[in-house]
Amino acid sequence: MRLTLDRRDGAGMAGLFLSPLLAVALTLASSIVVFWLLGQDPWRALNVYFLMPVSDFWGVQEVAVKATPLVLIAVGLALCFRSNNWNIGAEGQFLIGAICGGGIAVWTQGWGGPWVLPLMLVAGMAGGALYALIPAVLKTRLRVNEILVSLMLVYVAELLLDWLVRGPWRDPFGFNMPQTITFAPEATLPLLFDGGRMNLGTVITLVVVVVATVVMARTLKGFEIKLVGEAPRAARFAGFDDKKLTLTVFAVSGALAGLAGVMEAAGTVRQLLPGFSPGYGFTAIIVAFLGRLNPVGCLIAGVFIAITFIGGENAQIILRLPRDMTLVFQGMLLFYILACDTLILYRPRLVPRRAPA
Amino acid sequence: MPLLAAEGLTRRFGALVANDSVDLTVMPGEIHALLGENGAGKSTLVKMLYGLLQPDAGIIRWKGDAVTLPTPKAARGLGIGMVFQHFSLFDALTVAENVALALDDARPLRAVSDELADISRAYGLPLEPRREVWRLSVGARQRIEIVRCLMQNPDLLILDEPTSVLTPQESEGLFATLRTLRAEGRAVLYISHKLEEVRGLCEAATILRQGRVVDRCDPRQQTAGSLARMMVGAHIAEVRRARAEARIGPVRLRVDHLSVPSEDPQGTALKDVTLEVGTGEILGIAGVAGNGQDELFAALSGEVRAPEAGNIVLEGTPIGWNGINARRRAAAAFVPEERLGHAAAPRLPLSENALMAGHAKGGFTRRGLIDRGRMLGWVDAVTHAFDVRKGPRDPEARALSGGNLQKFVVGREILGKPRLLVVAQPTWGVDAGAASLIRQALIDLAARGASVLVISQDLDELFEIADRMAVIFHGRLSPAYPAEDLTREAVGLLMGGEGFGPGREAA
Repeated sequence: MRLTLDRRDGAGMAGLFLSPLLAVALTLASSIVVFWLLGQDPWRALNVYFLMPVSDFWGVQEVAVKATPLVLIAVGLALCFRSNNWNIGAEGQFLIGAICGGGIAVWTQGWGGPWVLPLMLVAGMAGGALYALIPAVLKTRLRVNEILVSLMLVYVAELLLDWLVRGPWRDPFGFNMPQTITFAPEATLPLLFDGGRMNLGTVITLVVVVVATVVMARTLKGFEIKLVGEAPRAARFAGFDDKKLTLTVFAVSGALAGLAGVMEAAGTVRQLLPGFSPGYGFTAIIVAFLGRLNPVGCLIAGVFIAITFIGGENAQIILRLPRDMTLVFQGMLLFYILACDTLILYRPRLVPRRAPA
Repeated sequence: MPLLAAEGLTRRFGALVANDSVDLTVMPGEIHALLGENGAGKSTLVKMLYGLLQPDAGIIRWKGDAVTLPTPKAARGLGIGMVFQHFSLFDALTVAENVALALDDARPLRAVSDELADISRAYGLPLEPRREVWRLSVGARQRIEIVRCLMQNPDLLILDEPTSVLTPQESEGLFATLRTLRAEGRAVLYISHKLEEVRGLCEAATILRQGRVVDRCDPRQQTAGSLARMMVGAHIAEVRRARAEARIGPVRLRVDHLSVPSEDPQGTALKDVTLEVGTGEILGIAGVAGNGQDELFAALSGEVRAPEAGNIVLEGTPIGWNGINARRRAAAAFVPEERLGHAAAPRLPLSENALMAGHAKGGFTRRGLIDRGRMLGWVDAVTHAFDVRKGPRDPEARALSGGNLQKFVVGREILGKPRLLVVAQPTWGVDAGAASLIRQALIDLAARGASVLVISQDLDELFEIADRMAVIFHGRLSPAYPAEDLTREAVGLLMGGEGFGPGREAA
């Protein structure tokens, strides 16, 4: 027997919205089982994970702080994935963005001015874009698989950051800890409210979401991205150059990941240290798919995933559950959304093996 | 009593009727030719006889009894064997292992090996059972396939264009084997379009055209010319529209010694193609599929650039280096052969499919933003002018039937008022109503002074609409002749490569 998938007719639009909701519901159902197996009261655990993080303004700000890099990276990835370009290395581009921007903060310590922050943001975007162009150029010139190259470059970026903060950029008064100095005020993003951590980065991210929505829905470039992903030959017939587009979307998604990185460094952490990212670049892949590769969808999905991050931290404290529970959630969510997508669009069928002709 | 009799076999693929009430009778001890152009329905017919496809209507009689053939295994069980054009052999295994694997009953390898040696001696099919397949020539591989069939002791052997991969000497060997089989009272159903071969080998022939049996004959009594005429259609085109010599004006498109290597390793390179299309003229390009039509279309549309700008000249301007959108802005328009995936994006709505071909000339954007209202207006205009039948106002392209999508795709280009239209297979697989509407639209476009270049495998179509015709063969283009000076027979022979000569073509 062999398993084949037959396309279902007329499941297009319904599936688009049904699938993520169904995936969230299945994830919640499965997590109830997992909590029960861990000896927790499932209802209390769900409350800790999903309601406590948004029960006060401080919590909401924390969710925004977590959601900002996720959404920003995911919007860039959505452009990539839409056009059938598989940038899996946003985590690396995020770190390179933080390194480029953070390097300027370290370098200008003590003599900078108001020009430092804009320079940092530009440097972060440029660094992320150039780093993302490595797999893109290899793909368009030599047909090297972009998934592997972009993924492997994550480890290069991680080790580069590790070396920098232990070596040349280590804080001389940091008691030998592997970290840079704390950035000067002119090298940090202003906070939006006193008593929280939400900063200007969240506003920038919302602007990016709006711009990306308009680009995707109303411009020829957005149409080009969609058409190259849907029907590459038709895109050529439309006069679009798919290689140039590959370079463009990789550069844009790298720039957004780099921007997320430098804003995380300049806005939230305010220094560079190893383990500086809790895997935002990878989690953003889930966000992009959960958000249906649509900028507004990414915003909603990013907020949801951010809640599970905060909820996971709460659960560590209140329920003494390991932080890995959060990763289990995210893994289940991606698994369910891919399964729902497939099963809504296709009908599985067992066919008997045909005798060789 | 006939060995095999098919009565009224019909098979549809969507709107296309691949076999329309086909009758076929094969007697024992007969080598029976199945003749027809590409797309005539030969493969569909034999696949039904071998249990690979199920007929929608009609019955198959085997030795007088009505049978159903749900699988090839069932066909083999009755005594029907088939050798395909493309072999299914494991390169790393030996001849004997390959034969043993394909048998429906399990037998020890040694027994298979012995029997194989006997058969290969008896039928003049030299094979070494212990040789690995990757060491063997194409001819030897075909012999394995034939021996594999003969191991089942079939009464009917179906061969799908067996000599297309053989040298003349190997072909002679095959014919000797087939004559031996005939002498034993076995029947052979022989698919080919090599007419001389069929005349020398077969004593009966059934000729298919457009899914129907159009003739039966004894090929020994025919000439290659008369067989070609049966294949491509005996009657000369219906009443043609009145010739208007005055209508055809100066040259608008000139292709000048264009040679382009193929991007696809399986493709055909264009070699020294030269043609001219005048204003108000329809030039038809005939040819069997895979002779460079795709490459010619890509070069004309600009999806593939020409080596020299001057290879393609439109209204006096060299455009060989221009991309497709620059050519569109120079008032050219294109309709590729493949509807879904090339001419249209299947999962995008019609409005975005209109944008796809129309964005180059502007008109769909306002201040940099796409104007959905204008796109929908364009869809409505095409729908109205070309009678596109659809449910919602703006459905996905794949929701339309083949004929309606083709009307949309052709209409999308013609409504843009092109001065040059290049169209490949304008009516491939569409229903008769849509086909005649599209052909009329092409004629009307030329009558308004546009130049039209039609690449088609459908000779009826070309004779109906073309002013002049040329034939493409192995990437080379024949001179163009006025259509009224041409006969189907002459075109058929050109399509088979006669008249091209050995030329400068590398072996």
